[in-house]
Amino acid sequence: MKEISELLHEHPFTKGLNEEVITFIAGCAKNVVFQAQDYVFREGANADYFYLIRHGTIALEMFAPGRGTFTCLTLKSGEVVGLTWLIPPYRWSYDARAVELTRAIAFNAECLRQKSESDHHVGYELMKRFVPPLKERLQAAWLQCADIYGDGESAQT
Amino acid sequence: MIRATVNPNPMTPRFVAVKRCVRETDDVITLEIPSGGANGQAAGFQPGQFNMLYAFGVGEIPISISSDPAVTEHIAHTIRAVGPVSEALARLEHRDQVGVRGPFGSSWPVDEAAGCDVLVIAGGIGLAPLRSAMYDLIRKRERYGRMALVYGARSPDHLLYRTELDGWRRTPDLQVRVAVDYAGPEWAGDVGVVTKQLPKVRVDPHATVAMVCGPEIMIRQTAAALRDMGVPDERIFISLERNMQCAIGSCGHCQFGPHFLCKDGPVFRFDRISAILGLREI
Repeated sequence: MKEISELLHEHPFTKGLNEEVITFIAGCAKNVVFQAQDYVFREGANADYFYLIRHGTIALEMFAPGRGTFTCLTLKSGEVVGLTWLIPPYRWSYDARAVELTRAIAFNAECLRQKSESDHHVGYELMKRFVPPLKERLQAAWLQCADIYGDGESAQT
Repeated sequence: MIRATVNPNPMTPRFVAVKRCVRETDDVITLEIPSGGANGQAAGFQPGQFNMLYAFGVGEIPISISSDPAVTEHIAHTIRAVGPVSEALARLEHRDQVGVRGPFGSSWPVDEAAGCDVLVIAGGIGLAPLRSAMYDLIRKRERYGRMALVYGARSPDHLLYRTELDGWRRTPDLQVRVAVDYAGPEWAGDVGVVTKQLPKVRVDPHATVAMVCGPEIMIRQTAAALRDMGVPDERIFISLERNMQCAIGSCGHCQFGPHFLCKDGPVFRFDRISAILGLREI
């Protein structure tokens, strides 16, 4: 069975991180498995963990009465699930559900927040890895809000 | 790119009867009309070109040709009902008459892409003009390296050409990635913007020809993402849409900087148009 630091080395999230930092943050990590349809977390719950997907797919979902459950984003191998653990009040604003058997590395958020506070270099390295997906997802959310494939899509009349 | 073959009298429509009407989604239909090719000749258009379709008494609009250019019997136009003319066209039924002028405009670089990897990226109804190219590319598959289709739509209910998509997914050596903006829990595919799919496609960016069609915001974002991947601007081709009226570069309605979209486009090499693509004033 692979050690957690070995699994971390294989994940794109840790690309460019030195050995020392990986060993330091590995203390906050554990290996987890979700069966298809398992919820990783639910809206409103405390954001106690974030996840690095090793294999599988996780859907970020919301529920609206009368409309039902809808998926806003799917995340796959190599991606990060959960950015909320960084921002007070550390509470999930959507559900995350495994679409298929999914293996991931789960990080204890409180543990990592404390380590980031005690060692700002580690905190900065983590920030550098969380800001790009934040920006990417914000931009994607704008495009989805703009409903670019909607009625305004065509110049046809 | 191959320029349009202008008809002897390009301003005069020919009147044809609708052969078949296929409902693609709630507001999108595909109209099949006689090709105009005589005695088994091919329909006589290049993938990416468009026709002007005339709904009698309502008006005329440009519609991309979405069928296989090798099919001799008919040509197809996929129409989204978004305004008076397109709604009138979308109401047409078998044997109803429609006016047709064309084909007009430039085409996708299907032959010029030989020897390269090919990446086809479509958003929404932008798959319509690219479907013609897909038919051609697959027929000439041995000429290309790796090939991929990335298709984004509003939701699973808004996906066009499901039969073809299923067929393309089963086609060897063709990567197909479909993503929607939102979906219900029954959707097992990807949810997110099309650009998120690009890193997952296996192509050599430096030797890739990309063909992109969709809403202009999506085109701009996709072109930027392709640049970031390393695809050269001169190998990115985009199809634009504007208010086209005469379709022969006379009236100026579709003027876009120094270009007339109807005559110089709709397919443009990105490096020739990127500097003015984001300008709001033209």
